[in-house]
Amino acid sequence: MKPAPFDYVRAETLDEALAVLAAEGSDARVIAGGQSLMPMLNMRLARPKVLVDVMRIGSLDRVDDGGDRIVVGAGVRQAALLAWAGLAAKLPLIALALPWTGHVQTRSRGTICGSVAHADPSAEVPLCLIALDGEVHLRSARRRRVLPAGDYITGMMSTARGDDELIEAVAFRVRPGRGYGFREVARRHGDFAIAACAAVAHADGIRLAVAGVADRPELRDWPDLEGDALDDALNAFAYDLDARDDIHATARYRRDLVRQIGRDVIDEARRCRV
Amino acid sequence: MPRLSAAQRHPVRFRLNGEAVEGIAEPRMLLADFIRHELGRTGTHVGCEHGVCGACTVSIDGVMARSCLTLAAQVEGCDVRTVEGLAPEPGRLSVLQAAFRRHHALQCGFCTAGILMSLDVYLRAHPAPTEPEIRELLSGHLCRCTGYAPIVRAAIDAAAELVSSTRQEDVRHV
Repeated sequence: MKPAPFDYVRAETLDEALAVLAAEGSDARVIAGGQSLMPMLNMRLARPKVLVDVMRIGSLDRVDDGGDRIVVGAGVRQAALLAWAGLAAKLPLIALALPWTGHVQTRSRGTICGSVAHADPSAEVPLCLIALDGEVHLRSARRRRVLPAGDYITGMMSTARGDDELIEAVAFRVRPGRGYGFREVARRHGDFAIAACAAVAHADGIRLAVAGVADRPELRDWPDLEGDALDDALNAFAYDLDARDDIHATARYRRDLVRQIGRDVIDEARRCRV
Repeated sequence: MPRLSAAQRHPVRFRLNGEAVEGIAEPRMLLADFIRHELGRTGTHVGCEHGVCGACTVSIDGVMARSCLTLAAQVEGCDVRTVEGLAPEPGRLSVLQAAFRRHHALQCGFCTAGILMSLDVYLRAHPAPTEPEIRELLSGHLCRCTGYAPIVRAAIDAAAELVSSTRQEDVRHV
């Protein structure tokens, strides 16, 4: 398993990277930490003609605390965000979920934006970005635009990114007083989730976001449902996700996980709500 | 902005276990293959080649990294450490390596180099790890011989020995 041949460009500034993307279009792929793209290259599921390495662009390696949102640049590794001093206070859901993303040995290299770019349907970072009304900051030589996370991820590993665009940063909304819960089930800690659930409890109700079941993270907002009404809502959501059988789990087991751990994380989020 | 053409091999330079090294590589060459085939340091093992098994784990600029998920070109100018850099001198094991031998923490040894590198990096930052922390760290590695229990024991034993020895002297080699 070796990658097919490609040119390798070590971009030193963002403009250089954007110029390569503008010239090469869909033949080029951006590599940051490489923890999602390199397996794709090794298995030749991705065969770009040009690889643009953005990890030497110093300006991308920063976490900006903008008060009501935290902007995480394309060069920020998952381990760096996990070690960021403000994480537990500003983004409690990320503090809960990020330890489930891969292993210590992959978080040390993999980036937050890279996980969003890859858009694996079972990945924790895109799940949290959607649960927190996050934004994806896209940049190309011709324009910059900001997409809501829900509009950015369009399906299994497919996104609204144009061929000449890269993710410059992702932004997570900060909302004090809300409660959060996160849990996932995988065959082994750090493996891809069979189902992952993130819950948010706020003054007007609850939100549940689920990864690993549909072809992209999906969410539902409900008023503060209790008892049978909550069970019914969870059951309807579980069926709406259109789970499939695969080698890891049956559709029925996945629906059951949504109902059970969905309920657990909602309870957890409510307990943490101020 | 360097652009390395797919059709050619290009010089790659970095520090390996404290020594400046240089080799030539196609842009697509994995760091694991570069270390083994270009530089001839075969202590780093290659298992799954998609980041799951952990056998190829090395240290890049002081953090753990899968060398099968890293291109040689990406570590230009970096500080790379492999299992060959652990022993303080020929014929003498590091504290961690000696603990592995004492506790029978390896049988076939295929996964061992990667596990040693993870533990080496981890114990430098976390001198007093708990068993759950060691198990969490080891979840990034597959070992099909030992059942992990002796590896956990060796790691905790090594950590304790390192803490007591650093009180007496500055130990450079974990």
